[in-house]
Amino acid sequence: MKNRIVLYFSAAQSEQPIIYQLVKEYDLVVNILKANINPQKEGLMVMELTGEKDNYDSGIEYLSSLGIACEPLSETVMWNEALCIQCGACTSFCPTEALAMDRETMEVSFDNSKCVVCGMCLECCPTRAIILHFDIKEAV
Amino acid sequence: MSYQKSYEEINEKIRKGEAVVVTAEEVIDIVEEKGYTQAAREIDVVTTGTFGPMCSSGAFINFGHSNPRIKMKKVWLNGVEAYTGIAAVDVYIGAGQLPESDPENKVYPGRFTYGGGHVIQDLVARKEIRLEAIAYGTDCYPNRTLETIITLDDVNEAFMFNPRNAYQNYNCAVNLGDRPLYTYMGILRPKLGNAAYSTSGQLSPLLNDPHYKTIGIGTRIFLGGGIGYVAWNGTQHHPNVLRGENGVPQTPAGTLSVIGDLKQMDPNWLVGLSYAGYGATMAIGIGIPIPILDEEILHYTAVKDEDIYCPIVDFFEGYPYKKDIDLGFANFKELKSGKITINGKQVVTTPQSSYPRARKIAATLKEWIKAGKFEISQPVQMLPGADSNIDFKSIPDRHPANGVIFNSRMGGNKYEK
Repeated sequence: MKNRIVLYFSAAQSEQPIIYQLVKEYDLVVNILKANINPQKEGLMVMELTGEKDNYDSGIEYLSSLGIACEPLSETVMWNEALCIQCGACTSFCPTEALAMDRETMEVSFDNSKCVVCGMCLECCPTRAIILHFDIKEAV
Repeated sequence: MSYQKSYEEINEKIRKGEAVVVTAEEVIDIVEEKGYTQAAREIDVVTTGTFGPMCSSGAFINFGHSNPRIKMKKVWLNGVEAYTGIAAVDVYIGAGQLPESDPENKVYPGRFTYGGGHVIQDLVARKEIRLEAIAYGTDCYPNRTLETIITLDDVNEAFMFNPRNAYQNYNCAVNLGDRPLYTYMGILRPKLGNAAYSTSGQLSPLLNDPHYKTIGIGTRIFLGGGIGYVAWNGTQHHPNVLRGENGVPQTPAGTLSVIGDLKQMDPNWLVGLSYAGYGATMAIGIGIPIPILDEEILHYTAVKDEDIYCPIVDFFEGYPYKKDIDLGFANFKELKSGKITINGKQVVTTPQSSYPRARKIAATLKEWIKAGKFEISQPVQMLPGADSNIDFKSIPDRHPANGVIFNSRMGGNKYEK
């Protein structure tokens, strides 16, 4: 199985070689997407974890046993209305009409609840008003 | 004898705050309600607007001198090079210029996050700009390097001077190929996956004055949130093209070169853009007032989206390799509905030009005129019209003799099909 997770470390935990353990002891493939870890400070790591289900579960158990908080990663698309020039290009790429255009006013709107985070809108926006946001809590 | 008004009569009403001003959208309903004759008597000015990517844009800047003085050989603003082949501290920064460090399309499609258009927007937003220059040094201009920080308020003059804006009509771009295309019309999905268009249709300046009867050299306009002027016809001005019975061109036709003081413009109406896989450019806001001198001019301003057609052009082979591929025409009512039909297939449409922004420009210009802040101007010279005999030229394919190398960067890179 494969999952994207966020790990939150306390200052003491950030000294542990957890990636080494996940790979060596639990046979998991670790792909680090984002990390902010400094010695003697709390930190976080966003990673994609791939492996057999048993290994995956044991790996997560190991992390929890160290007191490292593991949470599923939530990615969200954010629409910055202040940067948007209302051209509407994105609305023709959005498969779920989360980004939609009112055909009377020709104005663009974004309904987060319809967004499936496919990312189609990201590169077609000429003002880069649409960004992918990794939802990460402030360090614990 | 039909009713006529002069520029001076209209300006007199503007000065008194009595001018009747409507937008190019509003005029459509007024004409339907009152008829052309009555509406032509009542309406003094129709305002238009457009807000879309216009690559052929840029600004002249004079920085003033350093001490010791410098004759700039190369200049960078936030790392984006400006042209210096003019006087010592005069430069031209172009909207499409990229920083030398930009990876371009080395990793395809490139992102083109920052370019000349972004520099101009940052300047107008009064942001701090890194100015770097190098020079070879002369007796009169001994300085050889310069590195400082400036804002728009630190320079002597900064005026926008755009060689080609406000294109009268534009192609609708599609992709007949089997891979996505990254173009100046945005991303085109393969196999007719979408159709990109870029004008404000019934609000667009030159589509409301198709024969350039009031828009000419010297016309005062809304430019980038401030006031500007038509300086000349734009580059690639090609008025003698296929036109409908209403006089509206059915292919790209006339263009405008415009000028205006950058210091009175607004960063909301000059916006740097990044086109994936293509490059950096900027969106320019332009609005042009059309004085209703007579009924004929009113007729033109009442044009509707459904009466404006543009050609559908393939960008896989048709456009880049100049192949004639007939895909017919689309009108702007269909384009703005979100779907058009091409070769029997329903295709979603991708706008490049912002209609809400165009609408806001026409409304802003209307308010300026009604408030007596903006008078209309009679052109000092008209633009070449539909009866002109302009030959739309291409670069000649000639073969210079070997031996003299003019440009050391050339050689070995010539595209062979």
